[in-house]
Amino acid sequence: MELIGQTTESLATHRQRLGPLPTLPPEELIAELESSGLLGRGGAGFPVGRKWRTVAERSSGRAVVLANGAEGEPLSRKDRSLMATRPHLVVDGALLAAGAVGANDIIFYVGTEHRAAEAAMRHALAEHPADIQGRAQIVSAPPGYVSGEESAAVHFVNEGDARPTTTPPRPFDRGVGGRPTLVQNVESLALAALIARRGRDWYVDQGRRGGIGLITVSGAVKRSGVQEIALGSTLSDVAAAAGGLRGDAQAVLLGGYFGGWAEVDEQWGLPLEPRSMRARGLAHGCGVVHFLSADSCGVEATSRIMAYLASQSARQCGPCVFGLSAIADATQRLAARSAHANDLDRLVRWSGQLTGRGACHHPDGAVGLIRSSLQLFADDFAEHQRRRCLTVSRPERVAVA
Amino acid sequence: MSEILEVNRIRCDGHGLCAELLPELISLDDWGYPIVKKGPVPDHLAELARRAVDDCPVLALRLARTPFAAGRTLR
Repeated sequence: MELIGQTTESLATHRQRLGPLPTLPPEELIAELESSGLLGRGGAGFPVGRKWRTVAERSSGRAVVLANGAEGEPLSRKDRSLMATRPHLVVDGALLAAGAVGANDIIFYVGTEHRAAEAAMRHALAEHPADIQGRAQIVSAPPGYVSGEESAAVHFVNEGDARPTTTPPRPFDRGVGGRPTLVQNVESLALAALIARRGRDWYVDQGRRGGIGLITVSGAVKRSGVQEIALGSTLSDVAAAAGGLRGDAQAVLLGGYFGGWAEVDEQWGLPLEPRSMRARGLAHGCGVVHFLSADSCGVEATSRIMAYLASQSARQCGPCVFGLSAIADATQRLAARSAHANDLDRLVRWSGQLTGRGACHHPDGAVGLIRSSLQLFADDFAEHQRRRCLTVSRPERVAVA
Repeated sequence: MSEILEVNRIRCDGHGLCAELLPELISLDDWGYPIVKKGPVPDHLAELARRAVDDCPVLALRLARTPFAAGRTLR
C-alpha cells in the first residue's frame, strides 16, 4: 500500500521507506507529471501536470500552494485516511509542487472535522526543519460541501468566508493574497510525490490502465472503507475486496454526490479509471463507490442526496438557491409517495435548466446526479408519481455526514 | 468580432429586465432568473444586448469577447 497505512507514519519511517525528497528541475518534474497522465483526485479530474505548468507560467516565484484536504463529500473518506496515515507523502507533494511552480508559501487546508488527519499533518510538519515550518501553515476548512471548492478555499484563506467567488479570476491567476495559487487535492499531491521519486514509467506500469488511486467503498458491501486500487480494477474487484456484496445490489453511485447512478450488472466489469469511466458517461470524481441494495428504493436514496445538496448551496446564486431546493422538495414528495400532479415533469425540466448557472459548479454537480437518477430509476420515478413504490421496503439511509 | 452575454450569478437578483429587452436571447426560469441562449450574440441583436447590459439594475450582465475560463467539467 503506497497511499494508506495502519498507523501514522513518522518522517524517519517515511524516509527509510522512500528515500529523501528528490530534487528535480521544475521543467523536468512538470514534464514527468504531464506524461504520467495523472489526473486530479479532488473530483474534477483536471490533468495535474498541466495545472502545475499553468501556475508556474504565472508565478514569478511568488505563487502559493494550497493542498486541499477539505474532503466535504459525505461518502468519501480517502483524503482523511491518506493524511492521517501518510502525512509525509502529502507534505512531500506540496514541497515538490512549491518548487516546481515557484511558490514560497504552502497552505494545508484540512477539513476541521477530520481531527486525526489534522493532528497527523501538524505532527508531520513539526518534524521538518524550521525553514519549512515557517513556509507552511495548516488552515482548518469549515464544514460544508462547497468549502472545498477551489475558489471557496481561496476565499476562506483570504477573507474567512468559505463561499465560492465569481470566476474569473481563477485561483491560478489570482488566488491567495492575490497571487497565482495552485489548489491541488492532497491525494494528487501524494501521487505526484511518488511519481517524482519513481518516475512516470513506474506509475503507468501500475495495474491494467496505469496508475493507482484511493477509493471509498460503502453501502451494500460487507466491509465499507477506503481501498487503494490499481486503476482499471473493476467494480467486481472492488466489491470483492470489500468482502462482497450484502445481498443483491441494484445500483451503484459512482463519483460521489456530484457523480451519478449506474446499474450494477451492466457495470460489473467497469474499469475504475477516470478516462474509461468518462468514455462511458460516468464519473470517477473523488473515487466514491456506493452500492444500493436491491431492497432499497432509488427514488428515496436520491431524495436524501438532493435534500443534502440543496442544503449545502452557498445561497449566493438564484438558480442554485431556488432551483436546487425546488428539485429537492419535488424529489422528496415523490419519494414519500405524495407527489403533486406535475412533480416528475417539473423535475425533468428543472434538471435541464441549471447547468452552468451558478458561480461555482454546485448546481451542475447536483443536477448531474438527479439526471442520472431519473434515467436509471425511470420506472421507479413513474411509479412514485402515481404515489406507489416498486420497492416496498425500508428505505436505505444513505449516509449524510 | 463576436461577443457573448455573461451573467454574474452572485450579483444577479432576478429583476428580469434583460429578458424583457432581449427575449430573443434571454428567457427566465420559474424563479425569474435569466437563462441565456448559448453562443455569440448575432450582429442584428448587438445593440439590444448592449442596452440590456447597461440597464441591468445590479450590473450583473456583461458582454465579453471570450467565454469565462471553461472551469471544471464535472461530468
